[in-house]
Amino acid sequence: MAEIQIKNVAKSFGAYQALNNINLTIADQEFMVLLGASGCGKSTLLRIIAGLETATSGEVWIGGKRIDHLSPKDRGIAMVFQNYAVFPHLTVFENIGFGLRMQKLPNDEVTQRVERVAGLMHIEMLLKRYSGELSGGQRQRVAVARALAMEPDVILMDEPLSNLDALLRMEMRAELKGVLAESKTTAIYVTHDQVEAMSMADRISVMHEGNIVQAASPIEVYRDPAAKFVASFIGNPPMNFLPATPAGAGKWQVSGQTFDGPNTDKAGLQFAIRPEDMAPAEHGLVATAKIVEPLGAHLLVTCQIDEAQFRVILDSDTVVKPGQTLTLAPQSDRVRWFDPETTLAVA
Amino acid sequence: MLLNARILPYVLILPVTLFLCLFFIYPFVLVSQQAFGSSEGGWSLDNFREVVDYWKFPISLKNTLLLAAAVVPIQLALALLMATMVSKMEKGRDMVLYIWTIPLGISDLAAGIIWLAIFEQSGFLNSMLNGMGVIDKPVNFLTYQNPWIVFVAIALAEIWRATAIMLVILVAGIGLIPKEYYEAADVFGASKWKQFTRITFPMLRPSLQTALVLRVILAFEIFAVVAALGGTLFPVLMGETYAYQFDLLNSGAAAAMALIILAISIGFTLIILRILRVPKGASI
Repeated sequence: MAEIQIKNVAKSFGAYQALNNINLTIADQEFMVLLGASGCGKSTLLRIIAGLETATSGEVWIGGKRIDHLSPKDRGIAMVFQNYAVFPHLTVFENIGFGLRMQKLPNDEVTQRVERVAGLMHIEMLLKRYSGELSGGQRQRVAVARALAMEPDVILMDEPLSNLDALLRMEMRAELKGVLAESKTTAIYVTHDQVEAMSMADRISVMHEGNIVQAASPIEVYRDPAAKFVASFIGNPPMNFLPATPAGAGKWQVSGQTFDGPNTDKAGLQFAIRPEDMAPAEHGLVATAKIVEPLGAHLLVTCQIDEAQFRVILDSDTVVKPGQTLTLAPQSDRVRWFDPETTLAVA
Repeated sequence: MLLNARILPYVLILPVTLFLCLFFIYPFVLVSQQAFGSSEGGWSLDNFREVVDYWKFPISLKNTLLLAAAVVPIQLALALLMATMVSKMEKGRDMVLYIWTIPLGISDLAAGIIWLAIFEQSGFLNSMLNGMGVIDKPVNFLTYQNPWIVFVAIALAEIWRATAIMLVILVAGIGLIPKEYYEAADVFGASKWKQFTRITFPMLRPSLQTALVLRVILAFEIFAVVAALGGTLFPVLMGETYAYQFDLLNSGAAAAMALIILAISIGFTLIILRILRVPKGASI
């Protein structure tokens, strides 16, 4: 059992507040992704869990044991680094077995474990090579194998795929997901790549300016963003926003159209909808198409509604010309509302 | 005019190459001619036979090797320790480095004289011991009755004078090792000592090679510090070479000595390069 609890963790570097009072529980064997733009504090949080950085305040617990005062090696963790940190002066075998050697395990057990994880990562044939002779992708596999060989309670990964090219990244993404699920370890994975986050995570923690804005399943983060930041960070292209004014109890007016919405006494809200949740219809929002981008699978149209930019994804057979007027009906169950003052979602 | 990019590098190193040929290779050939020449003309090993058979040769060879064997490992250990400490500093690092490298700016003869001022009969060490009441009258430490004190004084002066040259090279080398390797080592359970032996030391091999080769060659050429502190009490190879050339006016023997020192230096350089070699394929 390796449940991770992060309690009131804060970190400041001098006057700069990198993390504000983070609280997060990660279940045993869960794959948690920390997602955010650079500088949001996700790597700092991971390094605090690893013990490479000390929190200014707060506690970290793994498997019911407080570990924030322990050195990294006593925390039951293993880590995969962004630049791999595969030792260039050791062979692949000695790299994978590094941690086991440090634990002074007998030779035959080291060999057995190294060979097992090397098999998992498909690098058995590289064991005698040095890392200088490996490609980036192979080095990445060595780094993951080295972590798996420790048979840790928790694997921490700091942007492990960000240095690979796009095709390799896609391949490794799926493979890593499979290997980690099989290893039954709890995993924390830091990335700025939302596709990686969506495709791999059991749960995503979206971070922004040192806070966790939302921690939920990928589909929930996508469908029900807790804040405007999440709505505009996740999704490519992101959610569309339009100002809404009250039009009676539970009714809101958006660009001349009336929609059912939350029943609050706010002076204004923001209407939000994902680009793929719109369809041409007889009644709806009136938009002027500006840019039309055929993307094969679908058609991305950037239009203008009043003064706001608005993107829709339409079927690729739709014929749209720049300057043409479109009437777009949002799928009513996919409409979301945000408070412009707090930027939080309003139900 | 556009120079071919393939030729340009060779054109650029040509002046240096010519300079080295003129002032290094040419004198070297002349010295070799002198060393292997004989009074009757033609080639011979007479000069080598003469210097090796002289009674002082084994002593000076032994002294030189002993001194190198005592001084270089201590310097290596100190330089590694100092380099590690300096690399851990966040503030004032350059200041400390400047202070530690001051002895590098002093000529070896001046360094010998500084340490002579400490050890001689009217020197600082005597005044201090006298002042503390350990001795009641000044002692002459640097005499033939105290060969070990002479040896230690020379070794101390050398360590004080020339550790910094290794330090500078090692600090640069340690600075090149990425921090992530240490973080990985931390996570995978290597103690600080293990991190030093398993990461710093092996990854420092190229710098260690440079530092050791430089230091060992200089150790075999030790001369002025020995002259200042030991005079004739402690014969070394370079001192004997000097004596052949300027006291005995036997330039053939001096040339032979010079070549023997060169051969020893080359031998040790090869040994150091071999021991600290980076395995094929392991890029550091």
